[in-house]
Amino acid sequence: MSLLQVSPRTAKKTKNISLNALAVLIAVITLFPIFWMVSTAFKPSQEIYSLTPHLVPDHPTLGNFAEVISGRVSGIGPVWLFFRNSLAVTLATVLVASVLSLLAAVGVARFRFRFRTSFLIMLLIVQMIPGQALIIGLFRDFDRLNLLQNLGGLVIVYAAQALPVSIWMLRNFVATVPRHLEEAAAIDGAPPRTIFWRILFPLVAPGLVATSIFAFITAYNEFIVALTFLGQAHATYTLPIYVTYFFGRGGAQWGPIMAASVMYTIPVMIFFLIVRRRLVGGLVAGAVKG
Amino acid sequence: MADTAVQQLPVARSSSRVGAFVRRYRLAPYLLLVPALAGIALVYLWPLAQMVLYSFQNFGLPQLTGAAPVQWVGLANFSTTFADPEFWLSLRITVFFAAVAVPLTLVSGTVVGLLLNRLGRRMSVFVSAAVLLAWATPPVSASVLFYWLFNPDGGLVDWTLSKMPNWLVGSTDWAGFNWTTTGALQAYTVLTVLVVWQSFPFIAVTTLAALKTVPAELYEAARIDGANAWRLFWRITYPLLKPIFLVLLLLSVIWDFNVFTQTYLLTGGLANRNEFNLSLYLYDKAFTFPPSYGLGGALALIFTLILLIITVGYVRASVRQGALS
Repeated sequence: MSLLQVSPRTAKKTKNISLNALAVLIAVITLFPIFWMVSTAFKPSQEIYSLTPHLVPDHPTLGNFAEVISGRVSGIGPVWLFFRNSLAVTLATVLVASVLSLLAAVGVARFRFRFRTSFLIMLLIVQMIPGQALIIGLFRDFDRLNLLQNLGGLVIVYAAQALPVSIWMLRNFVATVPRHLEEAAAIDGAPPRTIFWRILFPLVAPGLVATSIFAFITAYNEFIVALTFLGQAHATYTLPIYVTYFFGRGGAQWGPIMAASVMYTIPVMIFFLIVRRRLVGGLVAGAVKG
Repeated sequence: MADTAVQQLPVARSSSRVGAFVRRYRLAPYLLLVPALAGIALVYLWPLAQMVLYSFQNFGLPQLTGAAPVQWVGLANFSTTFADPEFWLSLRITVFFAAVAVPLTLVSGTVVGLLLNRLGRRMSVFVSAAVLLAWATPPVSASVLFYWLFNPDGGLVDWTLSKMPNWLVGSTDWAGFNWTTTGALQAYTVLTVLVVWQSFPFIAVTTLAALKTVPAELYEAARIDGANAWRLFWRITYPLLKPIFLVLLLLSVIWDFNVFTQTYLLTGGLANRNEFNLSLYLYDKAFTFPPSYGLGGALALIFTLILLIITVGYVRASVRQGALS
């Protein structure tokens, strides 16, 4: 009995080792698909289609990236064109959504008025309406507005779609700014503009970062609206639609397709790692504690 | 009320009449809300209203081209939908998929969240960075990538399975096994792996953030009383985190009911009708030639009502947390 009994310290050590081993296993499994995407992107086609898969490229090549950059394989243009489209749409979305949601958040957090609660509940409900249900009406409207194969049309849709969540998140940030700061400034005779820029804005800035992250991800990843709106207008394709087009063309160009996916994915991964802390903080403020 | 008191303070002496008018009728909050409301009306409320209108109309190709007038058809679109076996198949697929993917996502996410909370600092940063990368992968990239992993020609999964002993993976000839077109079960197996891979990080990170708020003394006390990890979770962690788990559950259900990008790409555009979930079925009805906005609208309405029922649960869970205060 006493021989088999492990000391509490050894037990704890064993437990720690097994926990860490489990953690490494989870990290490896999670990272593997991403590793495979990158690995495929650097392989020459003989290695991609060989009978035994190569874990890492034996003869790494930049050929797939060269194909994507020159636009030869996709046939609809160099990857930079679609980068430019995605970047323009994403940045414009972030800007428009930030301004509109900040205004509304101040309205909701700083004033009591009729329909305030209805407005808040409406925000909660509309964000749950499936995009697939709204796309029919959106398509008809933007067709009539002549904004279908147009990046500006996408910006309008994305910015407005980001509003419910953004207002909801920002509202909490505005509410935490102590009101007596504004009152003190008002008593000193500061005009509302000054109160906004000097007091409210700096204190709400972290919230704006959080909502900007949300708007950025929404616009950069969006699929169904872009797929439906852009149709055959190749020059207006955003990155996800470009990758989809490339993928749907068939011919199993896995090297170039993975190279294009890597180029589409890496920027947003770097972005996530940079904003990691805020991402989690924003979640706690936004999703966890409403 | 403290709130109105702010407005009654001698704020900015604006001499303009507009300013006086705004203050007199307390229009400020409405003016602040107008731009956002206009946007929400344009992309949510008006399309929603149109969807309801279409669902009672015979809006199809002839009406779109102007060859025939738009007519009210009552509930005809709904009876057509309910009589269509494809509708029931897609509904079944949607529900089964959510029933499998949601628990898998929640359990794996919670386990990883609990694990992250127990790890040392360095290991915790490493693992959370790893799961963050899966989360960061855009749905289009992830779908294309998993299509390639499960590809019959040169895909890694088929090769690995074909090298494994039969007692482990069954006697199927895995070399060249076609996951995406063989049938709904095979295609949705891949989709489940993909969706769980993409969404467990959110659950893990949220759980971790919530766990940080649980006072450590609670665990200490229970551990001194001899409680094991299993009991600690069910007696302390679960009751404290229950409101968050509820929100995560509802969000996951809604997301998994809604999956479009991944199903669209993995099942080959709209090519495999027997692999449609509700999203693809709806999209196909509305946009595949000849388009029928009437049927699409009816379906969208049914779909929205299903999600609305779930949403009511979500709103109630949020309200219970005091989110509207």
